[in-house]
Amino acid sequence: MLVYLIRRLSQSAFVLVAMAVLVFIGIYAVGNPVDVLINPEADLAERQATIERLGLDRPLYEQFWLFVTKALQGDLGRSFLHAEPALPLILERLPATLELAGVAMLIAVFVGVPLGMIAGLRAGKPAGKTIMAGSILGFSLPNFWQGLMLIMIFAVMLGWLPAGGRGETVEVFGIGWSFLTLDGWAHLLLPAINVALYKTSLVIRLARAGTREVALQDYVKFARAKGLSERRVVLVHMLKNIMIPVVTVLGLELGNVIAFAVVTETVFAWPGMGKLLIDSIVNLDRPVVVAYLLLTVVIFIFINLVVDIAYSLLDPRVRLSDKGS
Amino acid sequence: MKRPIAWTTCAVAALVASTPPAASAEELTVAVSSEASAIDPHYHNLGPNNQVRRHIFESLVDTDASQRLEPGLAESWEATDDTTWKFNLRRDVKFHDGSDFDAQDVIWTLCRIPNVPDAVSPFTIYTKAVETAETPDPYTLIITTATPYPLVPTEFSTWGIVPAPDDAADLTFDKEGCAYAGEWPKTEDYNNGKLAIGTGPYKFEDYVKGDRLTLTRFDEYWGDKPAWETVVIRPITSDGPRVAALLAGDVDMIETPPVQDIPRLEQDPGFKVVSGLSNRVIYLHLDQHGEDTPGITGVDGNPLLDKKVRHAISAAIDRQAIVDRLMGGAAVPAAQLLPESMFGSDPDMKVQPYDPDLAKKLLEEAGYADGFGLTIGTPNDRYINDEKVAQAVAQMLTRIGIQTQIDASTASVFFKRRNNYEFSVYLAGWGAATGEMSSPLKALVATQDEAKGYGGTNRGRYSNPELDALLDQALETIDDAEREALLRKASRLVIEDYGIIPLHYEVTPWGLREGLDYEPRADQYTLAFRVTPSS
Repeated sequence: MLVYLIRRLSQSAFVLVAMAVLVFIGIYAVGNPVDVLINPEADLAERQATIERLGLDRPLYEQFWLFVTKALQGDLGRSFLHAEPALPLILERLPATLELAGVAMLIAVFVGVPLGMIAGLRAGKPAGKTIMAGSILGFSLPNFWQGLMLIMIFAVMLGWLPAGGRGETVEVFGIGWSFLTLDGWAHLLLPAINVALYKTSLVIRLARAGTREVALQDYVKFARAKGLSERRVVLVHMLKNIMIPVVTVLGLELGNVIAFAVVTETVFAWPGMGKLLIDSIVNLDRPVVVAYLLLTVVIFIFINLVVDIAYSLLDPRVRLSDKGS
Repeated sequence: MKRPIAWTTCAVAALVASTPPAASAEELTVAVSSEASAIDPHYHNLGPNNQVRRHIFESLVDTDASQRLEPGLAESWEATDDTTWKFNLRRDVKFHDGSDFDAQDVIWTLCRIPNVPDAVSPFTIYTKAVETAETPDPYTLIITTATPYPLVPTEFSTWGIVPAPDDAADLTFDKEGCAYAGEWPKTEDYNNGKLAIGTGPYKFEDYVKGDRLTLTRFDEYWGDKPAWETVVIRPITSDGPRVAALLAGDVDMIETPPVQDIPRLEQDPGFKVVSGLSNRVIYLHLDQHGEDTPGITGVDGNPLLDKKVRHAISAAIDRQAIVDRLMGGAAVPAAQLLPESMFGSDPDMKVQPYDPDLAKKLLEEAGYADGFGLTIGTPNDRYINDEKVAQAVAQMLTRIGIQTQIDASTASVFFKRRNNYEFSVYLAGWGAATGEMSSPLKALVATQDEAKGYGGTNRGRYSNPELDALLDQALETIDDAEREALLRKASRLVIEDYGIIPLHYEVTPWGLREGLDYEPRADQYTLAFRVTPSS
């Protein structure tokens, strides 16, 4: 286990370095932040002064070296746009995104798994067919359009829920959370559903496939023959065995939602990290973009680790070894 | 992020009655299209910041809806000679923390502006004309400049006054840097509200970056009390959701509803749209630097150096058609670089008539009867329908024989390439922050000159000594009438030389729920304290 962890972490460090190089060069190629940030009325001397203050007059390798040496001391640079350290700026937005991702994942699991199992147990019957048809819809709707439709229906036409923003928050440990207030939930629901629709469809498909496979296994037949109730067969013996692929995929998807809920956050004006990323890219706020993507890598590495550990808990046959991982 | 997706959902919404707005009378929620990068009034000289600034911090000189100067914290001002300005400050003005406003606060502000740590785009461009600043008494401010400089009051309308701290009570202004012993205030302390103290009609209440800025009415404000006790400013950057927020009753007012949604808002009895001419002109700039130009094919050299060719390009463009068909009325054809109602714009100039036959003839005379190939650079997410306008221009030019393509990219990429002179012709816009003609002339068509601060955005590298001389003269003429005459002359000169080709002035729309009124502003600012309940 320990060897496994050490090996995983050293691999991760390599990924981080590679990512840093790619992102740094990539964002460098896009444009010159000064062209976007500075007031067009500023004269040439003023522009030059800003360029020097931001260190943009130095060659790329020098800027990169400066970044790396500072990053090793835990300083990922200061936002050009906000003049605040980049990492705290991003972490400030993290709770909003975690909340969104968390609720969306819960919806995906608690709606997706039961529906998927029903579809698997009733394959070919009307209930199963309806669920599968619905999941195709969930897959194929473009996120952007789907979000706008949710707003049009639930906020504009019916007026039940607000069209965007985060609503009231309650401070716990110095961080504002909106899932603790009714108003917060009202704001959270639509964006969470927008994120969850695709994930739910994915979970339905995985759960259905798993259920159909497991239903034919000997141990299920044996359990039935032993006279166990259908309830116990489905909820204990089958459920546990279909969860492995679901956990794997959801783990990856969770990382995706946290890092790149960009579309949903933009449509619903949800003040999360994805929105910050988009704003930063538009403004060519290089330090924030670089810090953001590095943080993303860390999040993915962490989630993958957790997923691997979750396997071993779900299926005792899986051992965390240092081979082939 | 703007998306080229048609806002089709509106059609759906148009079929149903909209919900009645549910906001309380004392609170006003405004959705803006881009967020201020800081609450610090001196950190970033850009529209979104400046409009937030005006709620909390006031300047010596204020501007009305058409950017004419009016008294702010200074009751009056005058030029006592060519290089000396006297400002008489308003008495009985209080800051939000209860302290009194006086001339020392202006000195402190002048000192702080060059000393904002990490400022992206400081206001030094609007203070550097100040040579000395003195306060003979607490309500008089004497400013001198090195050379005659008529824009002092105009520039003093761009930055807000912050209160001097106790240890700066004796600080004096020094052009080379004020001798302040303490640590200059940090931008963070404005963002968290600690130093967000001004004299404006609204007090800072709460700021959650990316989500909302909450302001409350300042009851001891010296001027007219605004109608709203609380103002919430929310950034909703994408157009569709911003309109939806208005339709859903989440917000009372939105900035710049997209052109295609304006009819839908106008037809709905629950909402209305107000719009007014802005100070922004959309123009084509032509590379007139030398024989070597990147975007022209089929001929040797640079045909754009020939005035006849530039004239032909201008005459080939049907500005009225662009305004009517592409802009849905959200624009007015432009004759020069600033709308005729503003200072220094020549009221007698006419929009270039659309005349493709004349254009062809001019091309022929210039020796380009067979035309040539041209690529126009344009941003695709910066101005209203920018890429579509460029496409229309390309089609019109192709009709007279100039085979034109467009090269569109996102603003950050476009500006980088433009500033590297990668386009022979490019489409861009200019908003005159000062609201008078010297701003576009200085930036767009004056010969590039770092020392004088000319030609900062003259990426076509147009150069005309006669124009430069006129501009020099205008910028040293204190008398308003004389200066205006000079600026008009300069404007006519550059347009008749086809040094730059103006297309249209943008019209800025605002969407409001029924029951509210807003006077459209040329500077495009959304100021909650100017929003009134309609009776």
